[in-house]
Amino acid sequence: MTASPLLTGLAWLLLCQSIGEATSRLAHLPLPGPVIGMLILLLLLRWKVVREPVAAAADALLAHLSLLFVPVGVGVMTHMALISQYGLRLLLALVLSTWIGLLVTALVLRATLRRSDKAPAA
Amino acid sequence: MTDFVQLWVYLSTTPLFGLTATLLVYLLAQTVYGWFGQAPWANPVLWTVLLLATLLSLSGTPYPTYFSGAQFIHFLLGPAVVALAWPLWQRREEVRRRAGPLLLAALAGGASASASAVAIGWSLGLPDELLRSLAPKSVTAPVAMGIAEQLGGIPALAAVFAVLTGLVGAISAKYLFDAVGAMPARVRGFALGTASHGIGAARALHVDADAGAYAGLALGLQVVLAALLIPLIARIL
Repeated sequence: MTASPLLTGLAWLLLCQSIGEATSRLAHLPLPGPVIGMLILLLLLRWKVVREPVAAAADALLAHLSLLFVPVGVGVMTHMALISQYGLRLLLALVLSTWIGLLVTALVLRATLRRSDKAPAA
Repeated sequence: MTDFVQLWVYLSTTPLFGLTATLLVYLLAQTVYGWFGQAPWANPVLWTVLLLATLLSLSGTPYPTYFSGAQFIHFLLGPAVVALAWPLWQRREEVRRRAGPLLLAALAGGASASASAVAIGWSLGLPDELLRSLAPKSVTAPVAMGIAEQLGGIPALAAVFAVLTGLVGAISAKYLFDAVGAMPARVRGFALGTASHGIGAARALHVDADAGAYAGLALGLQVVLAALLIPLIARIL
């Protein structure tokens, strides 16, 4: 009997996250545990034994990424006092800054990609 | 009737309730999203959150009771961040070849979103604690919580701001990009992943595979850049 790729992949993800959490705490790094875990996994993915199960688990998890934000999103109800006090100003700051971020990213990338696509292949 | 009330009181206090309600309402919202041809305003996260929050308020269920069940879904955000290594690895050639433009765009977009949120909030007179929770808003929720904690913000609030930022991007990006003229799908996707993290990336993935791939890439880059740079800049300021 062979192990399920999905479960093996999930085990790799959790293992990398655990090592990441431990490293972040022990070395007092500014990076959160899951981010260090992601960097560790990036190094491990060159090996097929890791890559194949991780691909199955990562695709399954990332396909439903938006569902994972729901529990935190519902938490908005616990901050009703703040929201009724600063709601409009908060919304203005959130919406405008998101638009600024979207536009700056898109315009910078479009301009620099055009330039690098025109340049001869290095 | 009293039997029914007793049953409800029992069920609504077990973790089973929060988990079941989250999944059922999300599936319903996803179906409706499909009916409306995946229109941006029909975003399933937005309607799931609104519906659940209304349901909890009307039934008088406290958020911690709900979260005791929903935490099983919430927990998966950590492994999901680790899983971002996979789309990054798949596009390693692309990343290597276009490292300059991609890094520059990720830095410029992430920095302008974070700085403008704090600047607009500050000019509108928002208290310091809220500003510190606004700074990491373009980063995916679990990482935003970690950064806010380091900055002296409120982690739970930072996570809510991150979710709202994701929703704003997912709902409005299409109209914004259409207004400024031709944007290739990969550029739209990369911008959504940079400024609106996972919720923006999910939206990009629904629209176009190329846009989705670049959004996943941007999401992974933003997580590393923001986690490294935001606390550093805050310390200098």
